[in-house]
Amino acid sequence: MSKRTVEVELSTTGLDAQGRPQRVPILTDDGGGGLALQAPPALEPQLEGEHMLINIGPQHPATHGVLRLVLELDGETVVRCIPHIGYLHCGFEKIGEYRQYNQIICWTDREDYLNSIGNNVAFALGAERLFGIEITERCKVLRVIASELSRIMSHLVWLGTFCIDIGAFTPFLWAFQRREEIYRLIEKWVGARLTTSATRVGGMAADIPNGWMDGLRQFIRTFPHTLDEIDRVLTKNAIWVGRTVGLGVMTPDEAINWGLSGPMLRASGVDYDVRKDFPYLDYETYDFEVPVGTNGDVYDRYLVRFEEMRQSVRILQQAADRLPDGPVNIDDPRIILPPKSKATSEMESMIHHFKVVMEGPRPPIGESYVAVESPKGEKGYYMVSDGTAKPVRWRIRPPSFVNLAAIPKMVEGHLLSDVIAINASIDIVMGEIDR
Amino acid sequence: MSRFEVVSTGNSTATGQPATPKNIPHRGAAANPSAKALQDKFGAGIKRLDVVWGETTVYVDPASVHDAIQWLHDDPSQRYDFLSDVTAVEYRDPEVPLEVVWHLRSLPFRRFLRIKSQIQKGQPLEVDSVYDLYRAADWLEREVYDMFGIRFRGHPDLRRILMWEQYKEGFPLRKDFPLRGRFSRSEQLRQALAQNPEARYSMEELTIADAFAELPQDMRERLSKGERTGE
Repeated sequence: MSKRTVEVELSTTGLDAQGRPQRVPILTDDGGGGLALQAPPALEPQLEGEHMLINIGPQHPATHGVLRLVLELDGETVVRCIPHIGYLHCGFEKIGEYRQYNQIICWTDREDYLNSIGNNVAFALGAERLFGIEITERCKVLRVIASELSRIMSHLVWLGTFCIDIGAFTPFLWAFQRREEIYRLIEKWVGARLTTSATRVGGMAADIPNGWMDGLRQFIRTFPHTLDEIDRVLTKNAIWVGRTVGLGVMTPDEAINWGLSGPMLRASGVDYDVRKDFPYLDYETYDFEVPVGTNGDVYDRYLVRFEEMRQSVRILQQAADRLPDGPVNIDDPRIILPPKSKATSEMESMIHHFKVVMEGPRPPIGESYVAVESPKGEKGYYMVSDGTAKPVRWRIRPPSFVNLAAIPKMVEGHLLSDVIAINASIDIVMGEIDR
Repeated sequence: MSRFEVVSTGNSTATGQPATPKNIPHRGAAANPSAKALQDKFGAGIKRLDVVWGETTVYVDPASVHDAIQWLHDDPSQRYDFLSDVTAVEYRDPEVPLEVVWHLRSLPFRRFLRIKSQIQKGQPLEVDSVYDLYRAADWLEREVYDMFGIRFRGHPDLRRILMWEQYKEGFPLRKDFPLRGRFSRSEQLRQALAQNPEARYSMEELTIADAFAELPQDMRERLSKGERTGE
């Protein structure tokens, strides 16, 4: 018999005086001439001491991509967890060293693909600090709208897949229905759904089309109803609470020390939000609140992300109200492409067009680290320029990579079925982890 | 929900909250006060200060970088409790030394500081690990090792993380590493096909499972001589 398999002889309830397995008849004489059911055997087979090795992934629907976890189990309890990543590694950072800044924006879509437009905004902000550009007011508000829409999108995917992992199917459909509406809005704006490439250094690829704000306002009006509906189904549901409370607890000190960020950190009670503490895009002028949990378990992460969606709707409302008129792109022909009609008719514009496309904008020597609050946490882009049109180093600070590093700490001591819930609560995107 | 609270961390600049930085000069913006404090404390261990685009960089000697970060982490007037990132930079100019970069945040004081340590090429690429101060450094340092080959002294588990353990082509983010990889496509394919199926588990994992005794005789011999699985 292999030492890895544990065989339980269910018919054996104990040993008799000779040390042989006891045979117990199911029905016994009840003393009055009839038969009665035997009382259930008291002795349980001894299972301790045998540790099993279980492999989850990389091809497993509950690992949200190509994450592989090797688990050492004592019975059903996780003793040790060894994560393996890198199955989706594409070398984004290496490729970025061979691309101009505007060309890298297309790569930012593909790392955290649930938050692609938010990554575009983050990268553009980092590049603009490197170039020393102040973007226009309209562009700022449009980027806030883009970031918050993509935060809602990402949280909806997280909510839906989290429900499926735990066994609730209906909220998944509701969440994905609303997500589809946002994708339609994004598609109307930039022409793509997932791979948006919406920003450029110094502006946006496109201004919003006519009538787009009506669609946004309708979404803002109707979306809270969906949230209320999901809230009613899940938040006080006994099964939901039972599957999530007390799992994967991180204390505030641990959470900071392990470098957790975003909803993972805030669920542990640390009110660190990049939008509030290191503001960008004038986030300090928006009226919104940062939800903070108390217990740092899976349930609190659920509550924090849920409340964040409501706060995003508030920000969207304010952004829609204040959206100013005016240009979207800055007025600098060395960085921004001229309109196509001018590029084909005016000599000056054609030269600028040629220079921007062929040579690319050149930042001065320097470096910048710009972090934004992505749906997963603090997403930073670190760029080093040596004065040429291509960065010397382009570094992504991936929030889910650092959050996932804490999974051994969170799952050890819990049951195997809880590993799925804890893993889902981290909200990982393997594209961002492996890059 | 009683166990859940919505906390507002303030809303306006009137309450002393930070504002979006605007019109930052390329060089010469005000430096982070921690940089000066670090200079006073460590003296010659601090090579120079640099403020680029409003972000303060402190160049620290590799020998004292761990002490400097420990002081920033522990000192009650600094309290850099959050390690944002660990990474490295190699410049296109082969004469310029490699840089290891730490991005630190102080959540209580809302400060951001970049620590850099330059490692000359030709020497062993080694710096001290900050794993004992920040557990966040675990995977971040493993990634720097994986991509640049910089070893972190004191890291308990410095293995490759994004590339597989049997990866033989070197360190991908080094400038001497070509974009398409060192080996030809056919060689990469040949190596992939020659992979040993047992290589799916590391030696440590096989020991957990007690599966070592079940491996074929020749493989047990090779493994007990210290060979890694799959090689």
